[in-house]
Order: sequence, then C-alpha cells, then structure tokens
Amino acid sequence: MALTRREFIKFTGLGLAASSLGMLGFGESGVAQAAAVRPFKLAHATETRNTCTYCSVACGILIYSMGDRAKNALSNIIHIEGDPDHPVNRGTLCPKGSALLDIVHAPTRLKAPRYRKPGGTEFEEVSWDFALDRIARLMKDDRDKNFIAKNADGTTVNRWISTGMLAASASSSETSFLTWKVMRSLGAVVFDNQARV
Amino acid sequence: MTNTWQDIKNANVVIVMGGNAAEAHPCGFKWVIEAKIENGAKLVVVDPRFTRTASVADYYAPIRPGTDIAFLSGVIRYLLENDKIQHEYVRSYTNASLIVKDGFGFEDGLFTGYNEETRSYDKTTWDYDIGEDGFARIDDTWQDPRCVINLLKKHVSRYTPEMVSRITGTPQDKFLHVCELIASTSAPDKAMTSLFALGWTQHSVGAQNIRNMAMVQLLLGNIGVAGGGMNALRGHSNIQGLTDVGLLSNQMPGYMNLPSDKETNFDVYMSTRGFKPLRPNQISYYQNTRKLFVSFMKALYGDAATQENNWAFDWLPKLDIPLYDIIKAFEMMNAGQMTGYICQGFNPLQAFPDRGKIRRGLSKLKFLVTMDPLDTETSRFWQDFGPQNPADSAKIQTEVFQLPVTCFAEENGSLVNSARWLQWHWKAAEGPGIARSDIWIMSGIFHRLRELYRKEGGAFPDPLLNVTWKYTDPLSPDPEELAKEMNGRALADLTDATTGAVTTAGTLLDGVAQLRDDGTSAAGCWSFAGCFTEKRNQMARRDATDPREQGIAPNWAWAWPANRRILYNRASADPAGKPWNPAKPIIAWNGTRWAGIDVPDYTPTLDPAKGASPFIMNDEGLGRLFARKLMAEGPFPEHYEPMESPVENVLHPKVKNNPAARVFADDRANFGNPKNFPYVATTYRLTEHFHFWTKHALINAILQPEEFVEVGEVLAKEKGIEQGGWVKVSSKRGEVVCKAYVTKRIKPLMVDGKHTHVIGVPLHWGFTGQARKGYGANTLTPSVGDANTQTPEFKAFLVNIEKTSAPVPA
Repeated sequence: MALTRREFIKFTGLGLAASSLGMLGFGESGVAQAAAVRPFKLAHATETRNTCTYCSVACGILIYSMGDRAKNALSNIIHIEGDPDHPVNRGTLCPKGSALLDIVHAPTRLKAPRYRKPGGTEFEEVSWDFALDRIARLMKDDRDKNFIAKNADGTTVNRWISTGMLAASASSSETSFLTWKVMRSLGAVVFDNQARV
Repeated sequence: MTNTWQDIKNANVVIVMGGNAAEAHPCGFKWVIEAKIENGAKLVVVDPRFTRTASVADYYAPIRPGTDIAFLSGVIRYLLENDKIQHEYVRSYTNASLIVKDGFGFEDGLFTGYNEETRSYDKTTWDYDIGEDGFARIDDTWQDPRCVINLLKKHVSRYTPEMVSRITGTPQDKFLHVCELIASTSAPDKAMTSLFALGWTQHSVGAQNIRNMAMVQLLLGNIGVAGGGMNALRGHSNIQGLTDVGLLSNQMPGYMNLPSDKETNFDVYMSTRGFKPLRPNQISYYQNTRKLFVSFMKALYGDAATQENNWAFDWLPKLDIPLYDIIKAFEMMNAGQMTGYICQGFNPLQAFPDRGKIRRGLSKLKFLVTMDPLDTETSRFWQDFGPQNPADSAKIQTEVFQLPVTCFAEENGSLVNSARWLQWHWKAAEGPGIARSDIWIMSGIFHRLRELYRKEGGAFPDPLLNVTWKYTDPLSPDPEELAKEMNGRALADLTDATTGAVTTAGTLLDGVAQLRDDGTSAAGCWSFAGCFTEKRNQMARRDATDPREQGIAPNWAWAWPANRRILYNRASADPAGKPWNPAKPIIAWNGTRWAGIDVPDYTPTLDPAKGASPFIMNDEGLGRLFARKLMAEGPFPEHYEPMESPVENVLHPKVKNNPAARVFADDRANFGNPKNFPYVATTYRLTEHFHFWTKHALINAILQPEEFVEVGEVLAKEKGIEQGGWVKVSSKRGEVVCKAYVTKRIKPLMVDGKHTHVIGVPLHWGFTGQARKGYGANTLTPSVGDANTQTPEFKAFLVNIEKTSAPVPA
C-alpha cells in the first residue's frame, strides 16, 4: 500500500480514533476512552510548502494551518517542521528554523500602521490611507525640490539622492523586482540592501 | 556559491576560513559531515576562535582577525615553491601565461599609479600587454618575467612562513600543516571546497580576502569540479536574490551596472561593454550585453523604450560617485543632506557600524518609513530606552511611519538560496491584523505618486509615468506576474538562427539565448530567463532525483543561470573534454556534444579542439590570477592591516591600511589607537539567533537571553574578570555593559613578538523583542568599509575591556 506522508498521518490518526479498543478486549470503558482520544491535529491541517525565512541554506519547511482556505475560514498556523523531501535539509531544521512558529506568532508582530509625529513620544495607530498618502506627499515634495536632472556639465543624470531606501533581504525576488521598478523610476540612487551585512 | 550545498560531500578537503558554518548554516553544514564520513574528507578550520565548526575539524589553526591575506598569500607561496599546483589546469584555464604591460609594478605597499590625494589608482598599467592582433600576448613556457605566474611568484615571495606567522599569529607549524592539507588537492582528481561568509567580507580588504582564496583554488584546479569551488554562504534567505535583481546603488538586474554620469549617452555606455575576446576563439559571453540591456529596458518601459530614444537610456539615474552605499547614506544623513529614508525589512540601527552615528543620522531626517513584520529598533530610534537607546524624543523632529508587513508564511514567491536556486514558496495564512505585503505597500506608494505627478506635474515624471505596470490588479500585482516579467517574453515572433524554431510573440522565453538587441524581447532579469516558462513555473519543481547521487538534483526548483548547478563546470574536464576526476564527472565531451549530469557552462556543441577556454564570462576565457583593473586596491591581494589594528604593517610601515579604502573624516577621527584600546575585537553570530529577528521569538529569546562578550581565560585572569561577571567593553565610538563569558576558545596569539588578545562580540541584542535589552555590537564597530563593496569592517577593530559592577535597575 503506497501512502504519502500526509495520508499516513491521516490514516494513523483516524485509525486511533476509529479502531475500537473494545475489540481488543477492554470492554465498554475502552470504547469510551477511544472516543475521547482526539484525532491527531495535523490530520486536519492544511499543509503548505515553504522555505525557512532565515539563512540562505533555504531549508524546505512544511507549514500546517487550521482552516481549509475557504473564504470564511481564517487560516491559523499551528505547526512548522522540516520538509523531509527537500534535497538539502532532508527534514532537519536548526535551532532557529525549529522555532519558526514563534516568529510567525511573535507578540511584537506588527498589526496596523503606526505614526509618530515630529517631537512625539508615542506611536499612534493610523489608517493605511493616511500613512501612504502622507508618505507619497513627503516623497514627492522632496523629489520635486531636490531632483537633479542635469549635472554641472549639462549631462542628463536624472538622479534623486535626498531620499533613500534600504531593501529587504528576506522578501521575495518578485517583491524586490517591483521595489526596483518603483525606486529607479523615481531616480533613486541611495538604494541598497543587506548584502553587505 | 559556485557549487551546491550537497556537492560539499564530494570534497576531499573542506576549508572553513572566514565563516563558522556549523553555527550559522547548520543544515547546510551537514554536508561537510557527510564529506567527512562518506568521502574521508579532512575539515580544516582557520579562525580567531575555536568555533563550533572547529570543534568537529580534523585540523584547527588560530589566526589574528584581519590577516587572512597574509595567510593565503603564504599558502600561494608554498604551492608555487613546492610545485603543488595542477599544472595543466593552470596553463590551460588561468591567465598564468599572459603577459602584463610594462610599467606595472609593486613597491613599498603600493601598486603602480597611486594618487594619495584621491586615495585611488590610475590603473592604466594593470592590464595585459596587447599584441598587434588585438589579443593579449602570452608565454606558454613561463620564461617571460612579465607573465602573470612570475609576477605572482615575485609578489608572494615576501610571505614566508616566518612572515606569515609574525603577521597572523598562527604558529609556523600549524600554518605549514594547513598548507600541506590544502596542497593535497592539487592532484587532478582531488578537490577542496572553500566555505566562507561574513568572516571574510566584513573587512576593509574583504573582497581581496575572497579573491585570494579563489586564486588558491585556481592554482589547485579546484574551480568547476565536484567538491570544489568558492562557496560564499550567504546570510539572509533572499540576499542572493536581492543581489541578483540589483537592489544595490550601482546595479541593475542581472549584474549590469547603472551608468555613471561620465557615460553621457547609450553609445558611450556600450563602448566599454563590447567585451571583444582578448584571446583567439573565446566565447566572451558579455559580448551579448546589448541584448541583455535592451531587453531589460523593454521590460521596464515597454513601448516607451524605442530605438529612437536609445531604449530610454536617459531615464536611468546616472551616478556621480561609485556607490551610494549605506555608510555613505548615513554620512549624508549626518551632514543634513537627506530628507527621507525607507527601511524595508532592514534594521540599520542594529545592523550598521557606529550605532551612535546611525541614531544621530536618523534624527536629522524629515521622515523615516519602516516596513517590517516586527517592531524594529530602527522604527523606535526616537524613543528613550535608557542606556541602550538614549533619546530625547521631544527634540527629534523626524516623522516616523511604522508599516506592518506580512512574513514568509503569508505570501507566495521565490527566494534565491546560496546555491543560486530559485525556490517557490506558498502562502499558508493571512498576516496579522491589517498587515500588508511589501508588494501591496510599494504599489500603493507608486500609485499615489503617479497620481500626484499626473495632477500636479513636478520634477521629471516621465520614467514614473511610463514604467510598465500591466498587472491584473495594479494595486496588488500577483507574484507570478512579476516572476514572468523577470523571466521575459518575446515581443515579436523570434526565429532561432540555428534551429529555425519560432517563439511566438507574447510567449514566455525558455532561456537567455532568445534575447535580442532590437527591442523584440523583454526580460526584467536576464539571468533568471528560463525560471518561468510556458511549460510551468520551473521554480516550483519538486523532483529531488539526483543522478549518481552526486548532489546536483537538476529538477528541484531552478538555478540561475540556465538551471546550471555547478558554475564553470567546463573546467571539470581537461582541455580535450575528459573529466579530471573520472569518479565524479560533471560534463564530458562525447564527440558531438557536452553531456553529463549538469547543464554545461559552455556552448553545448562546441568542440573542445576549437580552443575556447572554460571561463566564458571573461573576455580572455581564463580564470584570473591577476585581476586586471577590476579591484580598487590592486590586481594582486596584499596584506593591509585593519583600519584599527594593534600593530604596524611589518611589510610596509608607510602603507599600513588599505590605501584605496574610502574613509570619511568624521569616521577617521573616530578610529581608536592600541594605546587606549589594546584588544582586537571581532563580531559573530550564535546558532540560536538570526541577527536581530529571533530575539522576538520566545524560544530563541530563552535559549540566548542576554548580551555577552567572549573573553579568553588568560585575558580574564589578567583583568580580574570572572565567569558571568559584568564588564564594560569600549571602543572610540561607544561602550557596552554586559556579562563576560570566559572561555578556552580564544587564546592569546603571538603577533610580531607580542601577545595579542581577541575578544568575541556576538551581535544579537537590542531593545525590542523578548530577550533582555542589549546595547548591540554595532555600538563599538568602526564606520569604514571594504574598498570595493563598502561592506563594513565588523570583523577586526579595537576595544578595551574592564571589569565592572552590575548595572543598577532604573
């Protein structure tokens, strides 16, 4: 019988719940006990392939979440482990990767945009529209004021050096490409990433 | 990495120098253990500390931080003196035989052409002697004193074992034993792999550290072969990808450079990028640069990039200086020259040198935007956290936006690992609260700006108004759409000149060979061409089959370039096309084509008898023992002391440090001297933590809860420091109060007749997250970078240490 890993988990999980311990001679108390055994939680979880977010070994991971991805079911990640099929890590994870669940659910995960006024002592929660409108305004004002279209020799240089950006190092390549397009079409050259540190 | 993680198992010798893979890359390091157990490999570790990697090594040698070039130049001297080089490989595949121009020389620590005022070189003489036929002149007999191998021999002649030991502090016998182990892989069927990381890059001579080992590997014939290579173990999960896509101040996707303002138009830009072969019959791949560039501009600007407007060349920003790197950015900030800064998944208050300077710089901004899943120190630089972040909020006028971003588990997309694999991953859940993806946020900012420019006009809006944005949901482009855009498409029917096969207009490209320079193809990142074809998303492939179990797994995900897993693999076979190591061949010439377990790094049907050399990206086709004009401080590596060093440069006292390193005046004023700061410090990571992220994760915060420094027993005794006792570590730039971890892992080194102590400074703590508050290692580190890359010198600087009492809680 060929079983995938996932089917095997389901199989054993359901098996535990379904097989009557009574049949093994434990009588009614055994049946009651069997009914009370919770099926293995992962059997009902949705499994998602992903890669560890930390170093560049890029270990394969399996993320288990509750919820079947239906519109009304909010997924909640309950477990993360190494992907045994992955040719590099072959299921293993290091002390960081093993604790990925704790970074996904860290109490310091940010949940809403926050803004700090000049001279302010606290952050205040703001809407996305407030934050992005204001950021766009500040960027444009600075760009319009300081954009360098031509240098002293009259060469077209079209660069903007008074606002800069540091790009992420764990975001996807797709994110990075889009970020490149946005920043370079503005002429930004003070633009760097974590490659140096 | 030139090779794959699993390929490490094929090595006969594994050298870990400039890194600590067991601690920092544990699940990749298992392949070193596999090499030891299954292949009888010897693991050699050269490091200032007896690291976790050293603890499983066959041989360990200590070294003073910042002296790797002296060590490796000594290795090259040993290989040449003892004739331990792979002769046929060196003659056929490296530039050893090429003749260097008259006038090139080296004296008293400087190469020809130095300008003290600009701290840079006129590199005119740093090149080959070009004959009348336009090709570099050559002397196969190695008799000409001007051929590269003889110049190299002369250059390294000063690095005798005595001199190496005097500079590095490595005892002579240990140095020589390491030389012997390395030399054992000069046999054509033996290989050594070099595994390194930030222990080499984070120096004012970082790039030359790596070049130096690459030269060792070329001399041994270890590049392109199974179990060989130069394997940079990259840090973050997609820092390779961010580098590939060119998110660096001077870069475009696929390692093309942004123009400088000396390149006044497209023709001038292309004039230095023709890459005419410098030896007969060479491939010189970069002859295709125009195709790569034009295809990129078509991806970026679509119909607005035309032959007539030089493919919108003028719309690219032009640089007036080599780099606007991060050290430069903070210098500008401190000088009040910057208005705004956006930190996307980046925490410079923790990550960049001279924390005080970073904090002062951020305080001078008009606005700061952070985009991060976590509550970073940078986003709270303006808030007072006591001695770990003293701030007078009322006086700081910076507007701060802290934007919540989804994390890896909450998005689809690809990451490029250290072995250049593009691996797709899938979303498992929504982000918390109203956190949004970076793609959504950047798109939101883009649309608002574009609307403002449409409405109000303003400074040169053309690039912004014309950049391609043809996504199904323009406010939230699908990662697959972006991946396809990088892969590239045919814009007209493209007919292959040899096969006659037609790629119809609009379809995704199968590979880079389909790119054209006439505007009929588009590719956002040419080196990714082939990652997402009409057949499927190749990055999502999950077939782990591995022919001969040699660590290639060609159908798992997709590797750039062209799904090639071992770079330079043509060099795994001899000039006739026969594998050097018959037990572990990668590709071989079968009489009609190159066949094997990997995609050939060569024209697949090119007969080896035609004489094209394996290093096809170089215009001479050869691996470079002499770097020509490509490095800032010289075509050969030379030992320069770290910017903060306890000793003089015994080779050339007048030129102590890297003469081409850029040093800002305020940073120079903040360098300490050995009188006040007598100990060498070096930063490092712990296996329980990832930079400044995992202190937010409960388990990791419990595993390594608080800041400490590592001190050797001898120094601890000298200074009365107890195990777990409190110490104050200071540099010219700041001080850290934390606990001392007294160990046997760091022993004093005898450097030029003097005992030199080294202090280890792990870097993981800050003032947000669940671990205890810490000052951060960057409170101590100097603000100066490598002369080529501007990677900060975190691995060698000066500190003092004193015993102190426990801080009194506020």
